[in-house]
Amino acid sequence: MTSAATWALIGACAAVTAAIKAAGPVALGGRDLPGWFTRVIALMAPTLLAALVCVSALAHGDRLAVGSDTAGVAIAGVVLWRGGSVVAGVAVAVAVTAALRAL
Amino acid sequence: MSTIAATSRPSWRAGLRAGLPYALAGFLLSLSFGVLAREAGLSAVAAIAMSAIVFAGSAQFAAISIIAAGGGLGAAVAAAALMNSRFLPMGIALAPSLPGGALKRAAQGQTVVDASWAMAARGDGTYDRWFLFGASAIQYVTWVGGTVAGALGGDLLGDPQRLGLDAIFPTFFLALLLGELRDRRARPVAALGALIALALVPVAPPGVPVLAASVAALAGLRRTGST
Repeated sequence: MTSAATWALIGACAAVTAAIKAAGPVALGGRDLPGWFTRVIALMAPTLLAALVCVSALAHGDRLAVGSDTAGVAIAGVVLWRGGSVVAGVAVAVAVTAALRAL
Repeated sequence: MSTIAATSRPSWRAGLRAGLPYALAGFLLSLSFGVLAREAGLSAVAAIAMSAIVFAGSAQFAAISIIAAGGGLGAAVAAAALMNSRFLPMGIALAPSLPGGALKRAAQGQTVVDASWAMAARGDGTYDRWFLFGASAIQYVTWVGGTVAGALGGDLLGDPQRLGLDAIFPTFFLALLLGELRDRRARPVAALGALIALALVPVAPPGVPVLAASVAALAGLRRTGST
């Protein structure tokens, strides 16, 4: 990748991110929203997070596969579910993944 | 913090505290980003600048992994945009809690990152904006700091895959998800979203599966009665 292309990538990513983050607040700021809308929005976070977790732990490109990272994330999930901190969860995920790959 | 009124200072401080664990995990995550960005051919300065200006983990990872796989600039930016599309509903949800004119609201909207947004929700559809700002500010500092460490010191670390650094990203989001799933009603909807995303992985371009999963949240339309 050339230097110019790199900076074009960074500039474009920054512009797109800023535009997306600004869109909601600018279009809808200060208005009361109907109840159905609030219920859908309340479900948006768990839905998107669940999708993000499963895709990042199971997808490798366009293939689905259980790998060492999947096992690491799953065991970290048990730690988190039982009240462990985010940092503890991340440490367990990294340790398990690295250990399985070292086998 | 002279610009912060006395009433908002406790929220700001609570946000900083609540954001700290995510900031520490984010340091490791952005460290792995710094290493990956150098491998993809970015200079250290470019990798650090990307974290400082874009400040969106999943979008940065999506864009860089496409560049690393030999993909084009357009595909990388499109993947980043699709990954970030989740900030659109988050921004819509946040909108009623933000005061000021269009420009001021747009600026406040830039502080939305996943962990801060999820934690700043009061649970009644409104958001504590100073909590959001505090939680995001501390994550910004470690996000840039981790990228500096990864971009400049990555050679000392070795292969990020062998070290298991790729497990950090999903674990980070899993911690947020588990917090959301304390609400039982969210569980079947989250499961449906995950299934939609996984079903689309083999056929859709990167980023699209996660975006498409958001249709599962439309289940909220069906619920009658008070919220």
